[in-house]
Amino acid sequence: MFQHDRLNNELSFWQKVKALDYILLTSIFLLSTISLFVMYSTDGGEILYHTKSHFSKIIIFFPLMIFISFFNIKWWHNFSYVFYIVIILLLIYVSFFGIKSSGSRRWMDLYLFNLQPSELMKIAIILCLAKYYHRLKIENVNSLTSIITVLTIILIPIFMVLSQPDLGTSILIASSALIILWLGGVKIKYFIYSFIAFLISLPFVISFLKPYQKLRILTFLDPDRDPLGAGYQIIQSKIAIGSGGFDGKGFLQGTQSYLDFLPEKHTDFIFTLFSEEFGFIGSIGLLFLYTIIIIRIIRIGALCRSSFARFFCFGFAFAIFIYITVNLSMVLGLLPIVGSPLPIMSYGGSSMLATMIGFGIVMSAKVHSQQTIV
Amino acid sequence: MIKENSGIRKADVINRRMFIIGAAKIIIFTGIIARLFSLQVSENKKYLTLSDKNRIREWKLPPTRGDIVDYFGNVIAGNLKVYQLHIIPEQVENFNYLISRLKTLLNLSDKKIDKIVKLKNKLKPWESIIVSENLSWSDFLKINNFLYDLVGVKPVMTISRNYPFSDVYTHILGYVSQPNEEEILANEIVQERFVPGMKIGKLGLEKTLENYLIGTNAIQRYEVNAYGKRINQLEHQKGKQGLRIRLTVDTEIQKACGKLLNDRAGSISVMDIYTGDIIAMYSSPSYDPNKFLFGISNDDWALIRNNPLKPLINKTLSGLYSPGSTIKPIVALSALENKIVSPNFKVKCTGKMELYGQTFHCWKEKGHGFMSLKNAMKQSCDTYFYEVARLLGVDRLNVTAEKFGLGKKVLGDYYDYEKSGLFPNTKWKKNNLGKGWVLGETLITGIGQGYTQTTPLQLCLMTAQIANGGYSIKPRIVVNNNPMSLEEAKSKLQEETLHGQEKKLFKDHKNIKIVQEAMFSSTNELYGTSYKSRIDNPKYQFAGKTGTAQVKRISMRERELDLKIEQIPYKDRDHALFVAYGPYVNPRYALSIIVEHGGSGSRTAAPIAKELFKLIIDRDKLRNKQKNFEEIDI
Repeated sequence: MFQHDRLNNELSFWQKVKALDYILLTSIFLLSTISLFVMYSTDGGEILYHTKSHFSKIIIFFPLMIFISFFNIKWWHNFSYVFYIVIILLLIYVSFFGIKSSGSRRWMDLYLFNLQPSELMKIAIILCLAKYYHRLKIENVNSLTSIITVLTIILIPIFMVLSQPDLGTSILIASSALIILWLGGVKIKYFIYSFIAFLISLPFVISFLKPYQKLRILTFLDPDRDPLGAGYQIIQSKIAIGSGGFDGKGFLQGTQSYLDFLPEKHTDFIFTLFSEEFGFIGSIGLLFLYTIIIIRIIRIGALCRSSFARFFCFGFAFAIFIYITVNLSMVLGLLPIVGSPLPIMSYGGSSMLATMIGFGIVMSAKVHSQQTIV
Repeated sequence: MIKENSGIRKADVINRRMFIIGAAKIIIFTGIIARLFSLQVSENKKYLTLSDKNRIREWKLPPTRGDIVDYFGNVIAGNLKVYQLHIIPEQVENFNYLISRLKTLLNLSDKKIDKIVKLKNKLKPWESIIVSENLSWSDFLKINNFLYDLVGVKPVMTISRNYPFSDVYTHILGYVSQPNEEEILANEIVQERFVPGMKIGKLGLEKTLENYLIGTNAIQRYEVNAYGKRINQLEHQKGKQGLRIRLTVDTEIQKACGKLLNDRAGSISVMDIYTGDIIAMYSSPSYDPNKFLFGISNDDWALIRNNPLKPLINKTLSGLYSPGSTIKPIVALSALENKIVSPNFKVKCTGKMELYGQTFHCWKEKGHGFMSLKNAMKQSCDTYFYEVARLLGVDRLNVTAEKFGLGKKVLGDYYDYEKSGLFPNTKWKKNNLGKGWVLGETLITGIGQGYTQTTPLQLCLMTAQIANGGYSIKPRIVVNNNPMSLEEAKSKLQEETLHGQEKKLFKDHKNIKIVQEAMFSSTNELYGTSYKSRIDNPKYQFAGKTGTAQVKRISMRERELDLKIEQIPYKDRDHALFVAYGPYVNPRYALSIIVEHGGSGSRTAAPIAKELFKLIIDRDKLRNKQKNFEEIDI
């Protein structure tokens, strides 16, 4: 009991600093630096708007991550439901008063930058479910009440994000949530049943898709059906990556992006530009860096005493993995085009804020790994 | 304790399930890496090509046409620097202001302005609009002076076809102009090398020799962005100018022909009787081909098209005329060859000849009296030739005439519009008109009227082949690296004749000689029809035969009236013809002259020959000395 008390005691500032995970920190810092160079390249080798803006976001959000990590993981546990509800309220606000851009209402104006609450929901849902499963007795995991509760928690934000409309983000939110369900011990047969149900309802779902979404799926199946229209992005993206070759065209030498053949090169297609300029070697290196980050987060989770921290770390690690997988599969032509940024690399404040908050909480779990949560 | 237990169980579940996910992650990342590998390493070449195709675009520039030069190397169809004015819309600050400035500076019409505005809306902002294709030097200077005020305007220097002798060579060369779609598709080489603004041969040698003259495109490679805008130039590949083509013609003589015809409708051709080189070939009136280069104005076009003297027709090759009395040497030769008459055969000319109730008139109403062959030729006695033709028959005459080139194209390969003319025989009439030959028709065929139709160049060739002693030659207009000296040409003719090729057009050389002498007397002896146009100096002395081709039948009443030429309407006047060769001793050149509705051959056509022969023979020395023929294969 005594030991418990000692461990649950607040750590001093320097103890906290010493307890930070420096491998993770270094990897994130490296990734941020790389992303800055890539952003510089998208600006055509000049320090222009995107580079400056991306730089200022890193300057703000990187310290924010460390700041977050100094809060006790227990505090994040207590705060989880509130965080979730606040984001739900923001989503409601956005659906009425949000900024409309290219047909969807996703953003709210925060003067400094436009916040996209759905991005924060990616973190909030993990926090919320982690807390829920932390508190749920293992015997009750597969009870009807808990399943219904969990589904409600998941479906409310997904419905709201889908109605923005934003298919990409809602898929990412759903997959992050499902992984917590899986880790929490929901029976495998439920996953299998719902997968079958999904397949059966697929034609029905497709009929509800917006025309542009249907077009994206058709385009994915055959990009050459409209090479200058819907298929243009994916064709140009494959050309850029393929022409990069083994060692790339060189920094600032990516003709596909420099000559504007690449669409959305700042955001969803940032990997394409990176891969064109740094080639297969560079791409593997980037994947390796992401892998280190993921493994590191899993390791931190495994060392945590509390199930909440463990749920969160594993869930967040998986979420990062999903973001990367969806983004890369999309630019490599393995999946249809859905809007999904590449963590840290892609331009965009909300996505980076959410990712950095996630890293911060993971770091907090590391610092307070011996903390038990009752 | 239970709680602790539950915590451990929960941790177990989490760890077990995390392990499964971990495995899934590895598989998925491996899949992504495999995909990266296949795109970037296995299929790298394919995507590299695609990327280059994206970013590199080629611009073909118009090829430079080859020059055409005369026998002495003077450029008669060349290239000239022209000044053009382009507008690059994306650089223009105020389009309306610019247009109004240009309008006042260059006096542009409202129609032209409309065209420019339309073009501007059609083209991409970085594609240049050609405001003026051919800016005069003074306008070009004006623009350069005001350039500070004309933002977005680019004065450009480029190359355009030019005909320095304007109307002198029009019918030989033709001209170039912008092709229409059909013309581009008709020629594969043009199709391949075509770029907007390029001009191709529309007529004459410019058209026939298009594939030699055209040249190859210069190519500029640019890196372009996704919107097609040029970012920077990668390389410039020079084009090759088209072949230089050397003709047989002599500019001085060609010019003289134009001057002598003096805008009367007609034609002059001059030919080397041994080599077949065409020294001059002028069809009158002519027009300035330079006017067609940048699109001819409606007024100019109307002026050319509506001219009653038909400048658009190359009369030398596609004008068909009755040969009139110029056919008489062939009739005489045919009769001698077929042993129908001897040189001493005599006919009494009473001014007319009655046959089956029809009267055939001699041009001399009072008659010539007793005529021998030589005298008949000299004075061009029609009655004599009626009688000879009657004895000879049209079929035998036809054989000789065709041998000497009548009824066949002379330069067929080079001019698609050349006409073959006609020399009739009984079979032709039966097949084409469905009627039997009438003897009266033989008589008028004997004096070059009736069905016979010849081009001026055919008459020239006929005369040349009589002059060279009766040998067949192949006329040509392109020399290139194959000039022939007199000796070469003569020995070639002899050699080919010895080897049994059908170069010899006669059976007995004496007969040719008789005809030649008769033609000589016609020009150089008293009472000869072209006696007044003779040159006594043996250096220039020539032999010829006049001809006066009736355009319409002369009625009895008109015959009695004996009208002066001025009293007859232009359309009804006779064509004046003259064929000749010279110098009489050691002849070298033959010519044919036709003046449409010029009246009598002796009064109108023969004096032109007198002027021309002096020049032709004076130029002969220069021509023989001419060397430096470059190596050109064609």
